[in-house]
Amino acid sequence: MLKVHRDICGYCGCCVSVCKEGALELIDAYLEVGPGCTDCGVCAKACPVGALEVERE
Amino acid sequence: MKKHYDLLMIGGGPAGAIAARTAAKAGLSACIVEKRPAIGAPVRCAEGIGMESLAEFVKPDPCFISAEMQRASLVAPDGTTMILDSQSSGGKVGYVLDRKVFDRELVWQAAEAGSDVAVKTRASAPIIKDGKVRGATLEFCGTKTDVTADVVVAADGVESKFSKWCGIDTTVPLREIMSSAQYIVTDIDIDPHCTVFCLGNEVAPQGYLWVFPKGDRTANVGIGISGLKSGTGHRAKDYLDKYMASKFPNGKTIEWIVGGVSVCRPLACTVGDGLIIAGDAARVVDPLTGGGIYNAMYTGDLAAKVAIDAIEKGDTSKNALMPYDTQWRQSKMGKTIERNYHIKEYMINLTDAKLNAIIQTASSINLKEFSTLQLVKELIKRDPKLIFELAILKDLIT
Repeated sequence: MLKVHRDICGYCGCCVSVCKEGALELIDAYLEVGPGCTDCGVCAKACPVGALEVERE
Repeated sequence: MKKHYDLLMIGGGPAGAIAARTAAKAGLSACIVEKRPAIGAPVRCAEGIGMESLAEFVKPDPCFISAEMQRASLVAPDGTTMILDSQSSGGKVGYVLDRKVFDRELVWQAAEAGSDVAVKTRASAPIIKDGKVRGATLEFCGTKTDVTADVVVAADGVESKFSKWCGIDTTVPLREIMSSAQYIVTDIDIDPHCTVFCLGNEVAPQGYLWVFPKGDRTANVGIGISGLKSGTGHRAKDYLDKYMASKFPNGKTIEWIVGGVSVCRPLACTVGDGLIIAGDAARVVDPLTGGGIYNAMYTGDLAAKVAIDAIEKGDTSKNALMPYDTQWRQSKMGKTIERNYHIKEYMINLTDAKLNAIIQTASSINLKEFSTLQLVKELIKRDPKLIFELAILKDLIT
């Protein structure tokens, strides 16, 4: 599942723009991960600061 | 806030603000909805804009201009530097803005013209009836309110969620998102009237690094790299930190900025029934420079003009709003986006050796007119072989 490192996140919305599923939403300074997330990891790659991580179970 | 507006703008950036100003000036009811608690902050921008581009929509005012630019320098991977100096326009070519003040000024002007403004208010869903966008559900401090509108202008920036909720795919391909980071750095030695662009696969893969002065010893130092080239240990921030350590080791960072800039083609269609998409949300950023302020203002203004006309005629269907899509594509802005998209696609595949060669060739050019088009023309004059490599551009620039 997608983990948001909130201490790193700069809530810029870069990840939101590349999410095909529309699963991410930025609510002011809070990045919300919706149920549509498929753990594809595209957002984690695009993040300019490395705030997103797909944790494999 | 009213229950109904002629125009409802989702987003309080330059696109939303100019759309609201244009609509309100024409006597229509308008409202800007901004999800953040403050207009203009946090900044997600390198803040550069051409002098004439700015003046087309707002009177230049020192209160929102951080610095005036007179020249630009392009730095090749091997360090070869080419200065683009303008002989025309009195030596002044552009500005680096203070977006916090600038965005507030635009919203101020919209409000003064009669538009309503709602901050810390988030459009959380479109209101769709019979397949037509009729407004938005707005959330403010836990309270939900439905506000209807004849036309909704989706000006919600790079995230572009509103249009996605309306069934339009606004996803930016990973390779075409510029994953970006920027510091405002002070106490550094710079040329305060020169914007610097550094190219190279080691410096900024498939993007560039910039130094945009904001004062005598202060600058936006930032970088954008392709999302495809981004990953653990080699993200935009990593490249920026490396540059900072080598060029400005004693600089003091007074602001930490991150963001995403789309350099893809614009959306295939930027209107829907009761919906117009403007600015970054429509993906109308210049794909070569990453500049989006002018394009946002231009499309915001056009969105309002077309909406006003449609509302007067009592038809706000997709067909009735289509002139917006057609007009911006045929405009100078639309043509520049198309042309620069091709140049960008050519540039990102260049090796460092080729980049060095081009910039060495070009380093003596003194442009009469300060534009990418002029630069490409001059480059071809000096290195006619380029015309074959840039064959696709031939029709666009001759």
